[in-house]
Amino acid sequence: MDQLSDIAQRFISQAPACDGWTLRLVAEESDHLEVRQGVVEPSLIGRSLGGMITVIEGAGIGYAATSDLGPAGLRAASERALAWARVHARSGLFDAALYPIGQLTADYRAQVREPWDSMPLASKLDRLRLANQSLAIDDRILDWGAWLGHRRVEQLLVTSAGGRVSQVLEYVHSGLFAVANEGSQTQRRHGGGADGARQGGLENLAAFGFLEQAPRVAEEAIALLSAPECPSDVRDLILTPGQMVLQIHESIGHPLELDRILGDERNYAGTSFVTPEMFGRYRYGSELLNVTFDPSVPGELVSLAADDDGTPATREYLIRAGVLERPLGGALSQARSGLPGTANSRASGWDRPPIDRMGNINLEPGQGGLADLIARVERGVLMDTNRSWSIDDSRNKFQFGCELGHLIEDGQLKGLVRNPGYRGRSADFWRSLDGVGGPETLEVRGVRNCGKGEPNQSVYVGHAAPPCLFRNIAVFGGGE
Amino acid sequence: MNPDVFFSLAERLQSHLSGSEILFCNLSGEVSDFVRLNRGRIRQAGSVQAGGLGLTLIDGARQADAGCDLTGDPDMDLARARHLLERLRERLTFLPEDPYLSYSTEASEGLADMGGEPPPAEEAIAMLVEAAEGLDLVGLWASGEIHEGLASSIGHRRWHRSRSFHLDWSGYRGGDKALKSSYGGAHWDPDRLREKLQAMRDGLEVMSRPSRTIQPGRYRAYLAPAAVEELMGMLAWGGFDLKGHKTHQTPLLKLVRGERVLSPALSIREDHARGLTPDFTPEGFLKPSSVTLIEGGAFAACLVDARAGKEYGETVNAASESPESLSLDPGELPQAEVLARLETGLWIGNLWYGNWSDMNDCRITGMTRFGTFWVEGGEIVAPVEAMRFDDSLYHLLGDRLEGLTRERERLLSSDTYEGRSSASALLPGILVSGIDLAL
Repeated sequence: MDQLSDIAQRFISQAPACDGWTLRLVAEESDHLEVRQGVVEPSLIGRSLGGMITVIEGAGIGYAATSDLGPAGLRAASERALAWARVHARSGLFDAALYPIGQLTADYRAQVREPWDSMPLASKLDRLRLANQSLAIDDRILDWGAWLGHRRVEQLLVTSAGGRVSQVLEYVHSGLFAVANEGSQTQRRHGGGADGARQGGLENLAAFGFLEQAPRVAEEAIALLSAPECPSDVRDLILTPGQMVLQIHESIGHPLELDRILGDERNYAGTSFVTPEMFGRYRYGSELLNVTFDPSVPGELVSLAADDDGTPATREYLIRAGVLERPLGGALSQARSGLPGTANSRASGWDRPPIDRMGNINLEPGQGGLADLIARVERGVLMDTNRSWSIDDSRNKFQFGCELGHLIEDGQLKGLVRNPGYRGRSADFWRSLDGVGGPETLEVRGVRNCGKGEPNQSVYVGHAAPPCLFRNIAVFGGGE
Repeated sequence: MNPDVFFSLAERLQSHLSGSEILFCNLSGEVSDFVRLNRGRIRQAGSVQAGGLGLTLIDGARQADAGCDLTGDPDMDLARARHLLERLRERLTFLPEDPYLSYSTEASEGLADMGGEPPPAEEAIAMLVEAAEGLDLVGLWASGEIHEGLASSIGHRRWHRSRSFHLDWSGYRGGDKALKSSYGGAHWDPDRLREKLQAMRDGLEVMSRPSRTIQPGRYRAYLAPAAVEELMGMLAWGGFDLKGHKTHQTPLLKLVRGERVLSPALSIREDHARGLTPDFTPEGFLKPSSVTLIEGGAFAACLVDARAGKEYGETVNAASESPESLSLDPGELPQAEVLARLETGLWIGNLWYGNWSDMNDCRITGMTRFGTFWVEGGEIVAPVEAMRFDDSLYHLLGDRLEGLTRERERLLSSDTYEGRSSASALLPGILVSGIDLAL
């Protein structure tokens, strides 16, 4: 952070003459190790450092991003941002006076108990090799692999209003995969953290079951080869937390993004079936549905002190007892729409401007365990681990597929089914929610590839959820 | 950054190599203007100047990769690169030999300048905002310079530069009723943009008719080139990479095994020479002018990157495992006769958000979006509300493929996740006897 502070000080000493400015500096370090089929793949060390200057002048706002953080580079970027502010002043969608220049002073540092560098490279490679050995259990496993990754992001935001927010986010992630084949049937299984990620250090590996899950991952891939296809009809559906992540993400998180509702994303990521009039009255789901924006959950991917505009991040209900309360909109979107929102204006890096993104979007737990949910199903399917996702541009008509399914009959979990999928409409689906697992079943997960924005941005998003039961859902299997 | 600066940086860095070390330096950079538009006005405008240096250090049969941002200051960039070089050198001592290490040992040089004179972005935006007056226009203007470079201690010195613009936009007429268009390339013609805007205004008049709600089922359909691009994008997702084929993960497994067939009218190629991407790979291999992937409905060849080529003993023919300059051969159907040949069914302007329903059967799902109409008696009748399709490419590009248009469109990628993409596709429209709609 010292390096970023020095750069910020240099910028402040030569800050452009304008009505307001912000400087957001981002330094990233990353490392990726992978062993595939017992062979160590080329490792990749990453270093990134750059900054984005945002300038407000009159009614206009513009930005410029650069990796040249010397005095001349910062000056050139300031001038470029100022030029865009002038263009915006003539033809902008809104008056730049709406843009909130943060005054917050805050610090955040992710908790890391076992730093990435505390384990020697040789030990990491040994673990990856060991995982590979545990995956290669059968000639029908044609491809397999394991990976470990580390990412550390230092960010400093300073503003012309005296704001200063420094945040250090750190993540260790891991994953396993096995691909089984027999004839023209191929099945994949992932595990060991592949469908979840968290802030923190190497202590995460135990929570992910990185080594422990390897034999099961391979065994399930093989078992799926001979499993019957998931039936195609209408049944009750239980989704594990791994698939709930995707369900929440696509059909609650994205529809509630305020920039979609304002139309900014209509050319790319899409719009939303949610309209401004719905907040405060629309029944999004059953009474069991409680969804929060919660930046305070320890270890969740987007736990932090403030968003990239410098708005302090606080826990808010998005949906309470099934009723829609507020959208996911940062301070600018709130000002444009007149709606309440959340501190969720985020950028993927120094070279992209903040836009409305999900943070930690969590489905609050109910009561009971997974067995209790299963016991309530006479005829249904349990699905685990997302493998396919598709939803319309207004985030309503969806179709999702999972790696693995189990039939449920008369309250009992039965055999495996392969290629399980289900489809529905967001507007109806959450009203069929009839069971939410208790706090002991809650899992803190997230995704590392949420794409959106023009220019495009991919960000980390946190989701915590228990398993959930839905009634009368259209399910289907594979085949033409 | 220009080639002299990059090659100079690489040479200074290479002077710090020792013993049998080999170093590959790859540069990827851009100086871009990005202007987001919503409701015909500027939503977010700015510029990005970025340059990333990738290093691959090789010693014997060991290799490791690293990357960092460059500042443009030669001494500062050298210091950063030297620091990374030390990290790689340290790492190599812990790494085993890599059996699939592969790089070109033949030095080569080349400077490719794709030319282009994009207009000053501020001027283009001013003209666009004025010309789009009254349109609910939303989208992105992207313009500027993209450059990629390769320099190795073996002697590779290659540079690829393009300067272009790309306006990707849609026009809305209430709710989800929208048409999509794009205008991009190397040479700016304001009149061409005005023509496209007028075409959109005309199309939106049709779009303003009451929407037709149709039920799930099978419908005769014409898929415009932009919709075909989504299908090709799905095929590109694992359809042609060698590793995927060797490990039976390809969605075309049944085609390769002879259990399913595609239409004999279907030929797909990776046309490196037509495309806008560099003619070299990061490992210094030169791409062939074209790779035939599917010929007359039969699988022809995979894309082979350096690593997979070494593993399976095949010649490198691509920088990556996915097509970047894909071409689908045209057919005999004149574009002017499409509506008459369709007679009754769906005109699908775009497909969106494709994903696999069952990769084993090449079955995909996705949505109709932008410019999808109901056609009766060879006439466009009404827009159709967004529908979900769920169907196999063995049908859409196989037994239900009635024809491909004689005319093709060149579609530039609007992808900007890792910087502005230089991928493109050259595609006809297709007429199918049925597409299955599920929701």
